[in-house]
Amino acid sequence: MSDIKRITKKRKLRKDNTLYLLLRDPLGRAGFMGIALIVLLAVFAPYISNFDVAEIHSKDRLQAPNSTYWFGTDNFGRDIFSRIVYGARVSLVVGIVSVSIAAGIGFILGIISGYFEGRIETSIMMVMDVLFAFPSILLALLIVAVLGTSIVNTMIAIGIVNIPVFTRTVRASVKSIKSLDFVADAKSIGLKDRDILIRHIAPNSLASFIVQATLALSSAILTEATMSFLGLGIRPPEPSWGSMLSESRAFMELAPWMVIFPALFIILTILSFNILGDALRDVLDPKLKL
Amino acid sequence: MKNYIIRRLLTLIPVLFGISVAIFLIMQLIPGDVVTGILGIEETPELRAMWEKRLGLDKPLVVQYINWISGVVRGDFGESFRTGAKVFPEILARFSISAELALLACIVAWIIALPLGVLSALKRNSISDRIVRIIALLGVSVPNFATATLLILFLALAFGYYSPIRYVSFLENPLVNLEIMLFPAIVMGGSMAGSVMRMTRSSLLEVLRQDFIKAVRAKGAPESVTIMRHAFKNASIPIVTLVGMQMGILMGGTVVIEQIFSIPGLGQYLLTGIFQRDYPIVQGTVLFMAFIYVFINLLVDIIYTYIDPRISYS
Repeated sequence: MSDIKRITKKRKLRKDNTLYLLLRDPLGRAGFMGIALIVLLAVFAPYISNFDVAEIHSKDRLQAPNSTYWFGTDNFGRDIFSRIVYGARVSLVVGIVSVSIAAGIGFILGIISGYFEGRIETSIMMVMDVLFAFPSILLALLIVAVLGTSIVNTMIAIGIVNIPVFTRTVRASVKSIKSLDFVADAKSIGLKDRDILIRHIAPNSLASFIVQATLALSSAILTEATMSFLGLGIRPPEPSWGSMLSESRAFMELAPWMVIFPALFIILTILSFNILGDALRDVLDPKLKL
Repeated sequence: MKNYIIRRLLTLIPVLFGISVAIFLIMQLIPGDVVTGILGIEETPELRAMWEKRLGLDKPLVVQYINWISGVVRGDFGESFRTGAKVFPEILARFSISAELALLACIVAWIIALPLGVLSALKRNSISDRIVRIIALLGVSVPNFATATLLILFLALAFGYYSPIRYVSFLENPLVNLEIMLFPAIVMGGSMAGSVMRMTRSSLLEVLRQDFIKAVRAKGAPESVTIMRHAFKNASIPIVTLVGMQMGILMGGTVVIEQIFSIPGLGQYLLTGIFQRDYPIVQGTVLFMAFIYVFINLLVDIIYTYIDPRISYS
């Protein structure tokens, strides 16, 4: 039992330090602030935006940025700033829901396949290997092609594509934890497999799981933007940065702001997640920092 | 070596089988079914029965799969619902275009990434290192469709330049072909370069810390020999792995980039198939691209054994 206490204590200490170390690093701070900005935009979208996202001002089409329309208007006269703000909400919701789908299923499959060896492990990993063998965007496009384009199907597609990464990460960490003494201790005092899994192994696999989730969130947001750009993700008039950028292409010379703002926000979001992911990895695993 | 390659090829069989089953099963999820998709509101019981028979949908699922996969093995991927043209010859023709684009993108990526990655590792923590790391981070983070759109905008506004709209093959006119491919390759290669640069830097730093490098330096080898012959060769394994993994991203990239720059490659074919609900095209193209991806990764595994003889063939 002493092992359990020691590990729990160690984890608490590291958890406290992670945020501190993360914010002490300038890059970590920048990434954190970038994400905070996007989250604030998403949460307070109704208070920040000036207009309804679908509100058409036919007299004010293709207006350059000005005091009324901060980021200008698009070809329908819709306010780009409001659409960007609501677009943050769409990006984050799709990212969070799809990563939750992937993480939830991947976590369960990873724990099961890591703990129980033999036929269960082989069959789970076989399915995962097949899913992993697909280039991810291709699998997502295939699923959407079959199910049809909608926000829910986009989330399902991105979720399914990300399951194997989580399964593999969790499985690997379960396997290494399983060989530690405290699991043998727990077994020797007669705990059932289910209790050992839920109470001891699952909480200890969380660290690698969290890093993976941050990375997956950035790739999920990117996949959504790409699919929407291709016209196979979020459908207009719902504002998605990807589809806004795609719609802007026909008007890019007349109204460059239609291109620039969605592109900037996509770049800002992905960049912030990547910087934060890098900083998080450096903090959690200083050995990798070269 | 030959045995190793044969053994690796044999291990591919279950993976390829799995991929084909996965694609086949996903295609079964089409709401309604394929016939509804083709006929739409014109559907009558007679027409439905005719199409079901024609497509073999009246048979059990296992038989349908066997029919489909035995066709695939013989190079028959079915026919387009819309045009009736065979899918496989079209896939092959378009594959050469996508492969050219992917190859050019790789060349662009290596030209940018390898020297900068090495420079960044050798001048660690200097200003040039910082600049390279920022460029790499941008390369990794900026989605290629955003770069492509911004690049087109920049070229149009600053130089009034538009790349040729009509595609010309390399054999027809190499110069025009390269002009068409140049910007798409720069965009795709640029985003690929980011991760290659980062990997080159970190794996070279890792190797440079090892004792054998000290030994090489101690025996008086010139720095260039130390870096290129000893350090870089040892650092190249993770870089090669990354290139294999990047192929998946590159394939996704071709779908987007071909669409933006109107290049009639495999990616554009797939998208056309998806938009027109032409399922044989979708099924065939995804299967073909997944197979290619698996084979490229096999090739990467084989390349390892050349770079690092310590990796055993068994």
